[in-house]
Amino acid sequence: MKLKKKIPLIDQHDRYGFWGGKFGGSYIPETLKKPVEDLTREFSKLRNNKKFLKKRDYYFKNYIGSPTSFVKLENLSNHLGGAQIWAKVVSEANGGAHKIYNATVHALICKAMGKKYIVGDTGAGYAGKMLSMAAKKFGLKCKIFMGAKDIKRQKPNCDAMRKNGAEIVPVYSGSQTLVDAVSECMRYWVSNCDTTHMCVGSTVGPNIFVKICGWSTAQISRELKIQIKQEFKKIPKKIKLINCVGGGSSAYGFWSEFIDFNKSQIELIGVEAGGPKKSKLHAAPLSRNAKIGILHGAASYVCQNNEGQINDTESISAGLDYPGVSPIHCFLKDTKRARYTYATDEEALKAHVMVTKFEKLNPSLEPSHAFAEAIKIAPQLSKDTIIIVNSCGDAKKDRDILRERLGKNK
Amino acid sequence: MNSLISKTFLTVKKENRPVLLTYTVAGDNTKKKSLEILKSISNYADICELGFPHNTPIADGGQIQTSAYRAIKNGIKINDVFSIAKNFKKIKKNKPIILMGYFNMIYQYNENKFLEKCKKSKVDGLIVVDLPYPENKNFASKCKKKGINFIQLVSPTTSKIRLKKIIKDSHDMIYYISMLSTTGGKLKVSPKKILEKYNKIKKQNKSKNVVIGFGITEKTIQSLKKADGLVVGSAICKEISRSIEKRQNAVTNVTNIVKRLKNKIQ
Repeated sequence: MKLKKKIPLIDQHDRYGFWGGKFGGSYIPETLKKPVEDLTREFSKLRNNKKFLKKRDYYFKNYIGSPTSFVKLENLSNHLGGAQIWAKVVSEANGGAHKIYNATVHALICKAMGKKYIVGDTGAGYAGKMLSMAAKKFGLKCKIFMGAKDIKRQKPNCDAMRKNGAEIVPVYSGSQTLVDAVSECMRYWVSNCDTTHMCVGSTVGPNIFVKICGWSTAQISRELKIQIKQEFKKIPKKIKLINCVGGGSSAYGFWSEFIDFNKSQIELIGVEAGGPKKSKLHAAPLSRNAKIGILHGAASYVCQNNEGQINDTESISAGLDYPGVSPIHCFLKDTKRARYTYATDEEALKAHVMVTKFEKLNPSLEPSHAFAEAIKIAPQLSKDTIIIVNSCGDAKKDRDILRERLGKNK
Repeated sequence: MNSLISKTFLTVKKENRPVLLTYTVAGDNTKKKSLEILKSISNYADICELGFPHNTPIADGGQIQTSAYRAIKNGIKINDVFSIAKNFKKIKKNKPIILMGYFNMIYQYNENKFLEKCKKSKVDGLIVVDLPYPENKNFASKCKKKGINFIQLVSPTTSKIRLKKIIKDSHDMIYYISMLSTTGGKLKVSPKKILEKYNKIKKQNKSKNVVIGFGITEKTIQSLKKADGLVVGSAICKEISRSIEKRQNAVTNVTNIVKRLKNKIQ
């Protein structure tokens, strides 16, 4: 299994859609074959269409607000000693998280395909909120599938979705979280694929959805590459790019421009959700060595039992609370280009507290997992090491959880 | 293939009616009960589909999901599914049984081991919901080598070219999905339209047995009886749920439904 240079990772799959010969693919019911093939054809046309690219760039700049800033976390770095810690503040994007890139692109594709309805899944509610925003912006009717448990714990995002005119469909099956929301959304698409476009909220699902999402979030690293060059004159010798990984869309977007670099120069570190310290449950298929399985139309490392039933997961962060992970991260793991680890709920909370104490930054619980790793490794690293954390979401949505876990002051 | 499945179609054709296929979930609501149901309904059903439940079924509607979750909760394992099939075939050796489920279960069990076990349990066919053509080519040919029918699915969205290829690669039976829906949806397409598409499939190769499934209930079955075969699943699963809820005998109730379904297509 080998990575190729100069070809975007999203395109390094075989004709059946597998990365490294075994991750990804399109394990879909026959009914979805045609809509998936149509979408695949349309996307390959659009991504080479200058007009479409111009449109995308226009909305990325004027609607999403690119570029998001790249800042040094001076106080945090001084406090910890060791490496310099920087942040790419992707949470500045319209809506407060990286999910807006994928949502906007899907809305544009939906328009291009002449469909009027768009549906999507959501865990933390960001994918749903952004899709509802994009739908409103482009005049599409929008339905969001969301686990009943997540609806309760991410209320601020639900309020936003409703305000944007989207219908939230609560999902009561299974664990009532993201995994069930994705299943239900796919079922809905099976029944309505003739009129409706589906947006998968991360770099998961059948091959084409991995590609579209990765293509969209790649904007993050395009910006970052320019910003690094501006800041340091050239790409520094020792960089560590740390990103949380649930489905893996922000991590891929954060890394895509840097995958061709030598790993001794730019290390890629993915941080999964380790769940509560005392719980056996987690959402860390990569770092806790889950077996390969098939979930939601793709083969990837999946938290599952010996029989192939998908395991319940547990994480304080709804956005990372997913038993599978992107096939492209499985590929990056097996080729050893990226290193994956996890942070527990408690470590993520602690990191959130520390970052907000020292910096004017309010990372949501998802990137707080990435900050936990940065905080852990920074003191042991040299001053010329540049740690960059993708602060890919804003903690406004976590208001209720933070209040409950940290007391009234937060 | 001179399989039990094709023999069944031949025999039933002589009776001038479609083959009646039932779908139940193995282990719903217990291992013992599901075997009893299977034995009893097979007095009226011609082919029995037995689902091996998965907890993330992306193409099943509420009724079958409920049955699957119930069976998993009650501890059903893949090996139990095989033992149910085996015990069933001991008594009803001429009744074809088709296992149906999602690919991850097969993948975890190991493809070859799974097929070996199918053969030992005298399973006649397999339907894998999320392993479409052409990705299923390799697996389908492994099935064929073991004398197991791999049943290809065809849907209203299947293109003409694709249809041709799928039929060419199919074994004794093809499953036509009546409409864009998960299992158990309300029949939202007219029977006439469904049969039009069905005839197009038949025209490609008259010797293939094509069955129609999804949305078939006591109400709708009669209107589709021109087909080679008709599958009823969710309506049966629903009756199991209802019987459990009302503390009634599921075996009797479900058998009565299947009996009535059979009467409607005589």
